[in-house]
Amino acid sequence: MTTENTKYKKVAYYPGCALEGTGHAYNRSTKAVGKALGLDLVEVKNWNCCGAMEVKNIDPKIQTYLSSRVMSVAANEMNMDVVMAPCNGCYHNLKKAEYDMANDRESVEVVDRLSKKAGHKTYESGQVETIHALDWIKEAIGEDGLKERVKNSLAGIKVANYYGCMYTRPRHIFPEKDQGPGSESTSSPHFMDDLLAAAGAENVEFPLKTACCGGAHTLSDSDTSTKLVLNILRAAKLAGADVIATECPTCHSGLEMHQIRAEKKFGEKIDIKILYFTQLLGMALGLKALKVGVHENISDSIRYLKEKGFA
Amino acid sequence: MRSLADIERAIDAIDPAGDATAAARDLLTLGEEVLGNWLHARDMVPTDETREGFRLLALHRQGTKGDPSFNACRETCRELAYYYNLLTMQRGLSATTDRVAMMKMICSHLHLFVGGKMQVAALGDFCCSSRPLRQADMDNPMTKEA
Repeated sequence: MTTENTKYKKVAYYPGCALEGTGHAYNRSTKAVGKALGLDLVEVKNWNCCGAMEVKNIDPKIQTYLSSRVMSVAANEMNMDVVMAPCNGCYHNLKKAEYDMANDRESVEVVDRLSKKAGHKTYESGQVETIHALDWIKEAIGEDGLKERVKNSLAGIKVANYYGCMYTRPRHIFPEKDQGPGSESTSSPHFMDDLLAAAGAENVEFPLKTACCGGAHTLSDSDTSTKLVLNILRAAKLAGADVIATECPTCHSGLEMHQIRAEKKFGEKIDIKILYFTQLLGMALGLKALKVGVHENISDSIRYLKEKGFA
Repeated sequence: MRSLADIERAIDAIDPAGDATAAARDLLTLGEEVLGNWLHARDMVPTDETREGFRLLALHRQGTKGDPSFNACRETCRELAYYYNLLTMQRGLSATTDRVAMMKMICSHLHLFVGGKMQVAALGDFCCSSRPLRQADMDNPMTKEA
């Protein structure tokens, strides 16, 4: 992507609950990057949970309603036509709700009933476009635009880009992907690679970029999750990476926590830094490490970043 | 067909510094056996058909029937096939030892995922199939009475 698309320069921002808790560094760095790039994030008014895992487990139609309410508020109360969700879980659930509202009559009926009961307009399929933070920067600024704005190149930083699962699966809820050159790929996503390369980073070949980390079972079946994460960390290290870049708060905290747990439980320490892609981009744009919340991560990357001239 | 425990030992035993072509063949076979374990556990006979030239990919497709969450390992299978191609078809490939080591990790990931899923059937349900974990409990009064 080399052109800047004005449609994405002002978007409705849906941080979701994780970005107010464990993923606060992602929230901080996303906002900081938006400001540095001159992009306008307008937070969705009175937003609610997207349905995440908990509601979806009990009744997926309630999840569809909750996600559709977020989109309805953006469209009908804020007059926005793009909703940007940096969290893979939120992004996935909004995309799923969009798909259900376009294809499942029962979902439309349930959402309509609940919306009337709650006193807001029913979301209609197609009113907004839901995008991820990766789409946002890729579309609004593009690689060329990013290169022009880089003040502190990420040269010398070797990155394994980890996308996790909910950014690309299941394929049918992402109809805009796999559309040929310029579009994102569900089998081999590359938007994060593209953006970080534009900022000067060296991306390593990383075959487990969408592999399962056991994230949904991180508490109920911790050993499986730890083993899956440990293998991802080992693979990234073998690929030559110093840093794993993430674009999802669940992936990020899962990698960080299981990195520690792997050492305690299995005695294996993998020395690799885990940073949000927005933190890396922010530092490339000249922002200080504190400004992009590196101190809020669980893993300590400060010494490494100092060595590289970023902190 | 070997058990998952035997497969794990066989993956660990492969020497990345040894014959790369033989290692690639062994790891591909081990990947097929991992999927074979999954299919057997579901009372299915593993297919001998191939998909895009790989039995591994045909077995994966067979494994997803009725369980879309098994797509959580789709790309892992495709990467295993890709590394097999790299190691067996590209003469004079650099960093061969590292690539065999990486193929071992990909195979291990498939083993860990399938092994984990055989213990916790819902692994991948929430995310990769976008399906609730407790679909059996779906007759929820909230949406009915809404």
